[in-house]
Amino acid sequence: MHKQNYILKTSNLSIGYASKKEKTVIASSINIQLEKGKLIALVGKNGIGKSTFLKTITQIIPPVEGTIFLDEKLLSQYDGKALAQKLSLVLTEQLPPSNLTIYEIVALGRQPYTNWLGTITEEDQKHIENAINLTGIETYQHKKHYEVSDGQLQKALIARALAQDTSIIILDEPTTHLDLVHKVTVLKLLQKLTHETGKTILYSTHDVDLAIQLCDEIIVFSENKVVQDQPCNLIADGTFANLFQNENIVFDATIGKFKIV
Amino acid sequence: MPFTKKQNLFLLLLLFSVVILFFVNISLGSVAIPLEQLTKGIFGQPLDKSSWEIILWNFRLPKAFTAIFVGIGLAISGLLMQTLFRNPLAGPYVLGLSSGASLGVAFVILGVAFLPQSVATLFLSPFGLVLASGLGSFLVLLAVLVVAKQLKDTMAILIVGLMFGSFTSAIVNVLSYFSTAEQLQKFTFWSLGSISNLSWKEVGILGSFVCIGVLLSVWVIKPLNALLLGEKYAQSIGINYKKTKIIIILVTSILAGSITAFAGPIAFIGLAVPHIAKLIFQTSNHAVLLLGTLLLGAAILLLCDCIAQLPGSDLTLPINAITSVIGAPIVIWLLVRKKRF
Repeated sequence: MHKQNYILKTSNLSIGYASKKEKTVIASSINIQLEKGKLIALVGKNGIGKSTFLKTITQIIPPVEGTIFLDEKLLSQYDGKALAQKLSLVLTEQLPPSNLTIYEIVALGRQPYTNWLGTITEEDQKHIENAINLTGIETYQHKKHYEVSDGQLQKALIARALAQDTSIIILDEPTTHLDLVHKVTVLKLLQKLTHETGKTILYSTHDVDLAIQLCDEIIVFSENKVVQDQPCNLIADGTFANLFQNENIVFDATIGKFKIV
Repeated sequence: MPFTKKQNLFLLLLLFSVVILFFVNISLGSVAIPLEQLTKGIFGQPLDKSSWEIILWNFRLPKAFTAIFVGIGLAISGLLMQTLFRNPLAGPYVLGLSSGASLGVAFVILGVAFLPQSVATLFLSPFGLVLASGLGSFLVLLAVLVVAKQLKDTMAILIVGLMFGSFTSAIVNVLSYFSTAEQLQKFTFWSLGSISNLSWKEVGILGSFVCIGVLLSVWVIKPLNALLLGEKYAQSIGINYKKTKIIIILVTSILAGSITAFAGPIAFIGLAVPHIAKLIFQTSNHAVLLLGTLLLGAAILLLCDCIAQLPGSDLTLPINAITSVIGAPIVIWLLVRKKRF
């Protein structure tokens, strides 16, 4: 058997919330494969199940049905620490008030590897510095996290995920709250990281046109199905045209952008 | 993260001030004892007057140690709660833990009339009091946690704590309505807060509970640091959130419960001390903060007790009055400055 090139794979996955009384299935028959070293976007309109999907593949909620494989092992077989060494997150929620500096935030990414007191070793130090250099946040690494801009903080949180040294990084809407320049900067950074580190990066977004231009692959959540393909193929088969199903929005395949009519 | 030189220096200074304040504390009181006599006495040598020996060993030393333990315990439980609830204004008093402990004690002191004699004596023992007040603060903390889970806004937790506080004091009021004058007096004195009149045995019990609390909190330093990023990030870097939460709840209930049982509800130390420590040390690293709040808590309570002695007079004020007079303005000042911690 040849070595699998996938880091994360779902088969026949149904996602949703199951309580004792009833099951609420939000999306089903999800079959996707995340290849090593690829930048992959996750798009779909609000409420379609993007967040639920991300929560499911990060073990926050269990799948309703189907299986998820992370690095050739069932996701459910990972314990907290083992999972933290394979998969890291960048979330949208605000950080609680604290005195943390940017450097300390990045350093916290080493927790899955440090001892019970969280002592930073030379090895950890190397990973932290590498993450800081790759994301280009050296100049403000000693500032408090509430002293930097949203864009700078977003890069720091990406650096934290890098320091965690996982094969896959999952970002929940990393470009929301940012202006176009910073959106592009962050996405370009993600693209660079996949190329330079060979990590897989999956991020959810509403900026479909930017994703089309920058990503290797896109996963599209629409009403009836979930498809994964290269952006050009998705344009060709009309997937984006059906994304929103709203008479005010049409997808212009020639320029790869949505238009208002 | 290793401690910086500045942090080490501040820690040393704090340790030094705890020692100084300890000596100042035992030198104060209605009877003046020369300092060299006190030093001699601590090292077990006989003093010039036997009355001095009695005063030192039976009154001043137990009180100074109580002050240290109470300061350490309240400050640490405040620090843990501020991190757990992601709220810079959380503390055992504000969240109603002290009221919960009061309720437990009220049930014991005021409710014994309804119990048979043998059970009553069992509950009125120091251990019974600790158990009742620990249980009281534990139940309130659980209730606050359950409600807090439904709330997105962390500031709303303070209001919930406030509500539990008035709820428990209402029950205490009902209880006191039905109690005898003697019981009522006993409870009122207790509720004013006092760190004097503890026997060595009681100081020992209090000390061991505080030690357990401190050791358990050292154990959760790493998860506490992870929680600075929020619950979800903490879990994503391999922290067992449930386990951490249980340990923190356990520690705060043990600390707030045992301290309130012996010294009464003491306000603002748990809220103000971690804040001052964060201001001094300019860090969120709990390894530094834990040591810092521990020393600062001991120092501030010793200081408050020195002030309560009203040097130069024969009067002694209740310790709770002093901590509130110092603590309340600090909290208002912190709110006005609105600095993000």
